[in-house]
Amino acid sequence: MKKYSGFSLFRNALSHNLNWKQAWRKPEPKKHYDVIIVGGGGHGLATAYYLAKVHKIKNIAVVEKGWIGGGNTGRNTTIVRSNYLWTEASLFYEKSLKLWEGLSQDLNYNVMFSQRGVYNLGHNLQDMRDIERRVSANRLNGIDAEVVNATQIKAEIPLIDTSPDARYPILGASLQRRGGVARHDAIAWGFARAADALGVDIIEQCEVTGIHREKGRVTGIDTTRGKINAPKIGVVVAGNASVLAKMVDLRLPIESHPLQAFVSEPMKPVLDTVVMSGAVHGYVSQSDKGELVIGAGVDSYVGYGQRGSFQTIEHTLEAIVQLFPMFSRVRLLRMWGGIVDVCPDACPIVSKTPVDGLYFNCGWGTGGFKATPGSGWAFAHTIANDHPHELNAPFSLERFTTGALIDEHGAAAVAH
Amino acid sequence: MLLIRCPWCGDRAESEFSCGGEAGISRPLEPNALNDADWSDYLFNRTNARGAHKELWNHAAGCRRWFEAERDTVSYVIKRTYKLGQAD
Ligand SMILES: Cc1cc2nc3c(=O)[nH]c(=O)nc-3n(C[C@H](O)[C@H](O)[C@H](O)COP(=O)(O)OP(=O)(O)OC[C@H]3O[C@@H](n4cnc5c(N)ncnc54)[C@H](O)[C@@H]3O)c2cc1C
Ligand SMILES: [Zn+2]
Repeated sequence: MKKYSGFSLFRNALSHNLNWKQAWRKPEPKKHYDVIIVGGGGHGLATAYYLAKVHKIKNIAVVEKGWIGGGNTGRNTTIVRSNYLWTEASLFYEKSLKLWEGLSQDLNYNVMFSQRGVYNLGHNLQDMRDIERRVSANRLNGIDAEVVNATQIKAEIPLIDTSPDARYPILGASLQRRGGVARHDAIAWGFARAADALGVDIIEQCEVTGIHREKGRVTGIDTTRGKINAPKIGVVVAGNASVLAKMVDLRLPIESHPLQAFVSEPMKPVLDTVVMSGAVHGYVSQSDKGELVIGAGVDSYVGYGQRGSFQTIEHTLEAIVQLFPMFSRVRLLRMWGGIVDVCPDACPIVSKTPVDGLYFNCGWGTGGFKATPGSGWAFAHTIANDHPHELNAPFSLERFTTGALIDEHGAAAVAH
Repeated sequence: MLLIRCPWCGDRAESEFSCGGEAGISRPLEPNALNDADWSDYLFNRTNARGAHKELWNHAAGCRRWFEAERDTVSYVIKRTYKLGQAD
């Protein structure tokens, strides 16, 4: 792997940028691997990277039915934070946030992680009580969190309507200053390039159509590019988790919903932080290109179509325009949807399964982008040791049988 | 926006309806007779089908009645809607 640096930028500029090397190879699938990761989103690629880097596993493949990062990874609004309510969740997300903080260096790839702060607005007394509680819980877990009032919000975000007679009055917010946004594609490409450099085969345009088992153990997969064998298979396919689970007769506590986002035309910088409101189902930030990046709540029906309903867009935009009256004159440029895998307790499943050698990582729903490095790191540990790390042990599939759910709806449901 | 045919009121805009999720899940008659795995399957596990899917809808801003729909979860095309218990 040729290292990226200021010097390499300069040198390649001199040759009109014609000599950049391909960032990852396009290998043909081999007959056998030690570990196969199904799904080339951020989580799958991160898993492969940490399997190779931390656990020194040599013979790994990532198989992706489309192109890497083309799923939710490339479709999300990129909010990164760790201020979840319950200890199990906040420690897992905090591990991820710590990895984000060193990720560009670690991968030698600029993931444009920008810690511009994340505000979660409170619109009524109960919102504020919940915010106080969550901020206290975060601080007890060593996670930075503050409660700010409407005056402070207005001082830091002048465009926001904090007047008392606003449609959605703003009483205050929780603020995590270490939160922020990152570049969606860069996380896929950065992990892909770094994993490839460690020998991981990234195989695109290769859809998994079946999973083979012998005496309760996985032995390999059928794909559109032939059969591939492996004693260990990690499935990280987000919205398609139930489809893959069905291949081994496994039922999951997951439903896949459309989740939509949209960007506006680019404009001058007006918003230098991230504003979210669970109550009105909307969140907004401004990209480095100047576009407003706006996300909605999920559509209520099961949907694999990567698009949702217009009324959901309307609902979100109504709320955003109430919060930021000036945005009413901004035109939208693009809109799209992803397929989010929602769990009943709004927490992920990073777990072994009843089939030996088969591992599932799913259920991240509307909020897994922030978890990409931490999820990959913990899933790699689980696969390499055939045993979960203490950080992801609570996120097992069994919790739905034992009843040890981790109810994060308050901190996670709509907001990201 | 989808156009949904309420079996009582006819074609109406999707925004008048709310989706009640997978159809045909009935509460076990004797919960105490179930083991934890079966109870968990009833409570949490869902078919989450990619393709044909039977689901409950409620005409929330209309007649407020529940009915069933057969919908494709990829194309979102609603094949048919019918009153509860009139699947076939
Ligand atoms: C509109 C939207 C906004 C969001 N906003 C945020 C946010 O602000 N912050 C946040 O933290 N999270 C957010 N999320 C959630 C986040 O995007 C996801 O949780 C996360 O990106 C999931 O990553 P992944 O790698 O697991 O899944 P994906 O990126 O979806 O990757 C899964 C891959 O599996 C592949 N695959 C599927 N089936 C097969 C098969 N049979 N064979 C081979 N490959 C297969 C798919 O093609 C896909 O590339 C948002 C999601 C959406 C849709
Ligand atoms: Zn009706």
